[in-house]
Amino acid sequence: MYNEIKTSFLAKIENVTLARTIGVAFLVNLDLPLNFVNEVKTVISEAVTNAIVHGCLSAENKFVQMNLSYDDVNVYIEIIDDGIGIEDVEKAKEPLFSTKLEEERAGLGFTIMEVFTDKLDVKSSVNKGTKVLMVKKYSEQAKLSQL
Amino acid sequence: MAINIQMAIRKNILFVRLKGELDQAVTEKLKIRISELIDKYDIKYLVFNLAALNFMDSSGVGFIIGRYTQLKKRNGKIIVCSMNPLIERIFNLSGLKKICSVTTTELEAEKMVEVA
Ligand SMILES: Nc1ncnc2c1ncn2[C@@H]1O[C@H](COP(=O)(O)OP(=O)(O)OP(=O)(O)O)[C@@H](O)[C@H]1O
Ligand SMILES: [Mg+2]
Repeated sequence: MYNEIKTSFLAKIENVTLARTIGVAFLVNLDLPLNFVNEVKTVISEAVTNAIVHGCLSAENKFVQMNLSYDDVNVYIEIIDDGIGIEDVEKAKEPLFSTKLEEERAGLGFTIMEVFTDKLDVKSSVNKGTKVLMVKKYSEQAKLSQL
Repeated sequence: MAINIQMAIRKNILFVRLKGELDQAVTEKLKIRISELIDKYDIKYLVFNLAALNFMDSSGVGFIIGRYTQLKKRNGKIIVCSMNPLIERIFNLSGLKKICSVTTTELEAEKMVEVA
């Protein structure tokens, strides 16, 4: 069983709600536990917020792409922007690291993505953009919830 | 927006009841509103009632830390009540639990302030 959607929306902060809603709707057929769905919702929110706030610097004429898919084992979440990129990805992933601390950012987005998924892969190049891929295994979770 | 916000002021306590989802779109606006109220009414204690909050991400964490810093300057504090387990996970993971007091009801929160 394989399914996939590709979406693209303007880098407006209001569209983060939209992205989360699309994510939840896409997974409905899998009948996953609420906790799992909420984790997916959270990581989508983190990655899309980053793409808009950091990548696109809230420039509302840019587009953010969100591609979602699942197979028998995993859910795949890919968030892509063609914004400013990340200079040092390893550093960016460190807990509490943020380039926008003065704007009340906690520096926890990547940490939450890491904790709530099974794999986080960030590819970025300066002035070209950033691609965040997250993989989250559902097969065992789904079985557990059926017990 | 996917949120409904109710606020009330009693003495130097600002009660904020959040219903729905707390994300960047909400915190951008709410931060300005609450900061103004804190200054205008000399608020020392902020009570967040999260009974009907069903989503929060790191934008919400940054927002609460920001208010914590603001109230600390006034020797005040933040009290959070009625968190559901999903929100509580974010609180644990982010360390917010360490800087906020947690109670089960608003009444309890108010009593805690009176004792302080
Ligand atoms: N899509 C992106 N484009 C450019 N820079 C990014 C992108 N995503 C993350 N970053 C950089 O990585 C840093 C860390 O991101 P992370 O999400 O962990 O924290 P934050 O967004 O700063 O704070 P929080 O997520 O807690 O609100 C950001 O401050 C930013 O510099
Ligand atoms: Mg972030």
